[in-house]
Amino acid sequence: MIIGIPRERTPGEKRVALAPNAIAAAQKLGFSLQVETGAGAAAGFSDADYINSGAQIVDSRETLWASSDIVIKIRAPIFEAENPESEAALLRAGQTLICLIAPGQNPEMLQAFSNHGLTAMAMDAVPRISRAQKLDTLSSMANVAGYRAVVEAANHFGRFFTGQVTAAGKVPPAKVLVIGAGVAGLAAIGAAAAMGAVVRSFDTRPEVKEQVESMGAEFLMLEFEEEGSGEGGYAKVMSEEFIAAEMALFAEQARDVDIIITTALIPGRPAPKLITAETARLMKAGSVIVDLAAEQGGNCELTKPGEVIVDNGVTVIGFTDLASRMAAQSSTLFGNNVVHLLSDLSPEKNGEIIVDMEDEVIRGLTVVHEKEITWPPPAPTLTAAPPASAAASAPVSVPASEEVEKSTTGTFIGLGIVVAAILGVGAVAPDSFMGHFTVFVLAIFVGWQVIWNVTPALHTPLMSVTNAISGIIVVGALLQMSSTSTAVTVLAAIALFVASINIFGGFWVTQRMLRMFRKDL
Amino acid sequence: MSYQMVSAAYIAASILFILSLGGLSHQESARRGNLFGIAGMVLAIGATLMAYTPVSLGLVLGVMAIGGAAGSALASRVQMTAMPQLVAILHSFVGLAAVLVGFGSYLETSTDLSGAEKVVHEIEIYLGVLIGAVTFTGSVAAFGKLQELLSSKPLTLPGRHLINLAIGLVCVWLGAEFITAPTVQDGMTPLLIMTALALIFGLHMVLAIGGADMPVVISMLNSYSGWAAAATGFMLANDLLIVTGALVGSSGAILSYIMCRAMNRKFLSVILGGFGSAGGSSSMPEIEGEAVAVSADETAQLLADARKVVIVPGYGMAVAHAQHPVSELIKKLKSLGVDARFAIHPVAGRMPGHMNVLLAEARVPYDIVLEMDEINEDFPETDVVLVIGANDIVNPAAQEVPESPIAGMPVLEVWKAKTTVVLKRSMATGYAGVDNPLFYKENTRMLFGDAKSSITEVLAGL
Repeated sequence: MIIGIPRERTPGEKRVALAPNAIAAAQKLGFSLQVETGAGAAAGFSDADYINSGAQIVDSRETLWASSDIVIKIRAPIFEAENPESEAALLRAGQTLICLIAPGQNPEMLQAFSNHGLTAMAMDAVPRISRAQKLDTLSSMANVAGYRAVVEAANHFGRFFTGQVTAAGKVPPAKVLVIGAGVAGLAAIGAAAAMGAVVRSFDTRPEVKEQVESMGAEFLMLEFEEEGSGEGGYAKVMSEEFIAAEMALFAEQARDVDIIITTALIPGRPAPKLITAETARLMKAGSVIVDLAAEQGGNCELTKPGEVIVDNGVTVIGFTDLASRMAAQSSTLFGNNVVHLLSDLSPEKNGEIIVDMEDEVIRGLTVVHEKEITWPPPAPTLTAAPPASAAASAPVSVPASEEVEKSTTGTFIGLGIVVAAILGVGAVAPDSFMGHFTVFVLAIFVGWQVIWNVTPALHTPLMSVTNAISGIIVVGALLQMSSTSTAVTVLAAIALFVASINIFGGFWVTQRMLRMFRKDL
Repeated sequence: MSYQMVSAAYIAASILFILSLGGLSHQESARRGNLFGIAGMVLAIGATLMAYTPVSLGLVLGVMAIGGAAGSALASRVQMTAMPQLVAILHSFVGLAAVLVGFGSYLETSTDLSGAEKVVHEIEIYLGVLIGAVTFTGSVAAFGKLQELLSSKPLTLPGRHLINLAIGLVCVWLGAEFITAPTVQDGMTPLLIMTALALIFGLHMVLAIGGADMPVVISMLNSYSGWAAAATGFMLANDLLIVTGALVGSSGAILSYIMCRAMNRKFLSVILGGFGSAGGSSSMPEIEGEAVAVSADETAQLLADARKVVIVPGYGMAVAHAQHPVSELIKKLKSLGVDARFAIHPVAGRMPGHMNVLLAEARVPYDIVLEMDEINEDFPETDVVLVIGANDIVNPAAQEVPESPIAGMPVLEVWKAKTTVVLKRSMATGYAGVDNPLFYKENTRMLFGDAKSSITEVLAGL
């Protein structure tokens, strides 16, 4: 099948759906590829790069659309009829379109695809299950955006990120607050921490604390009992009390930090307003707010989507094209995601695709198929959310504590039985026996105390040395060697022989092993 | 030499034996501990020979010399991977000696006992022979399994519990017959029959236990060999034997307990044999996802880029004799500035401490070889974990799947690391027969192939 990559027509979009490296990978799957001339220019990939990777360059987009079985784009096609760049007329029946669609927000577009008889796959509707992570363009774009947000913040921030002591005086480190520790938030934390800033982060989902800390930020806790994890690993809408407590925390932090990066999004809803105009104005002059939720209205009241504004000395960055601002990187990642999808679609690697609606991942991202709108998909059967595993591990840990109690009572019962048994022995056994019995019981206790101190690393030498010393049974054989009975002497001689093997063999091999244990010098 | 002097020498020997075991609490004092043990043994044998000089001293010394030479030859030749076999066969010798000394003691008519003392003496003989015989054949069976002369699969005869129970009851009845027998000749028959039954019992017991339960079996036989020596001590009224036997017996008992705890299994259920015969794995949830294979070069790249690496060896490393390339790998990583360590699960391998000995043989310094409890918390900060030939001991199902047959078993939490590379020959399940969700985790990579050649390739790629 022929895959076509058109040039993006959406204003400001610099990315291209497949970078040259992805072209080569797609060819290995058996596809032929054609690229519209200049498609990668804005991302820094020339037509020559594409030719070198094995793609054909097509001069007109009409030819490209008409001759491609699969069209892969970043943005959804432009549908407005008055727009000279409109792509509506180019779609043709039987074609497969793979791009970002936002199916939840664009029902009329799905209808149009269905009317055209297209199969449409939304790269932004990949189910949130582990197996599908390699296709998840939202994650890879969020990762780029999070990094870029820090770069933009640094660009508008008049100071160093890292603290320094220089001959010209001491420079305090910049303090960065990252709200929302999703993929973008974590990427922002990592980038800011790597640049030397002091990073704090807040998220309504307490289980991300570990991830936040692993990226090098401090996790801000809210003294409030409410679980913020929603379906599919995303956050959910919180109660009013929670939001009030949250706002108070942000106001307190705003006075202290230099940069706030907000990434709070709840799927299918406008972005929550977390930074009010008053909160923003509490920040020191020269501070920066980067709002990654600008496209959904912004987390900050002052945000103007797509613009940078300065209010009261605070710069508010509302760019909606952060991923596109790193077009080369994000094109590469997007392309890799798409290649993974192509590889799933073409299990035979023969350049033909099979839309297997039984496959949970393919079902999830196919939004129009055979003139039918297949959005939304049925709920995924398995989520990647950690609470599930916490719930699963709970029943294992509960009996553990009961077992401890049981074992204490068990110990007492056991001790009682031992004491009773010893008393029983004392009641019937003759005098001579009791002397030996005392030695026996005490020796067991000494052994018990001593052996627990043996380091597990030496358990094998322990066994071989105990082997050797249980060769002490040789003493019994020696005593019997003087017997007047020949039978006894013969038995004793054999016992003497095997016990000697034990003694010599046991000590020798122990010594050999112990010699090998050495410390690092 | 007077009787008192011999007793004094025996006390000294007992103390030396205790010090010997105490010395094993740390690697640095361990060699000294072994020397204490040798000193104790020399003292004990020397004092015995001086006090009760046998008529044929030359014969005694000759037999000991031959036995000693055989033992030394065995000990100096044995491969470290074959240590479990050696230990097993040494156990069998103790058991055999106990049986022989027991018979000798019964046949020895010079000591004249009567009444309760006679009964006690005969019970001691009976028990000594019984334990000795079970230890003997049990150890021989364990040796056969470890040496792969016998199948490592548990032998599950129909009604095996009934067979064991019947043997036990018959032994008790024979014991009563034995004690009440008026003459030595009359007592010999029940004693011989019991010995035969005990030999069969020992064999059957160990044959019913599977390969990976061997750490428990070996520890248990270690314990039995101690009890056999102690029983011999009672029958000969010799405190040194009693003390030594008790030390060894409790040592083996503790090891068995540690091993059982590390597998989260009841001692009794291990001894009764057959893994998971009670609860099947049918109710296990299906594992989602796919295993991702990786090449040796990519593994080398991962390791080179890592800051912290942990290697988890298992029985597979011993089978492939991969400890030397692994040691080379560690050296290489260190020279690249990677912090590389080992994590040892208590039941990794076929006997307690098996992995430690193998790594020590390959000249891996012991201070980077850590126990499960010492290292489990470090996995989240670890960049790459290399699992070499281990399966059940790194199975997250033990924590995540309550209905799993291995639920609750303490495991090394390797899946918490950033990347885990599992070296394995195939996707086969481990000893417990439980599928391992670790292989399907998104941060797990599979490096298929023989552990030794895989490691060598990784090493070449570094």
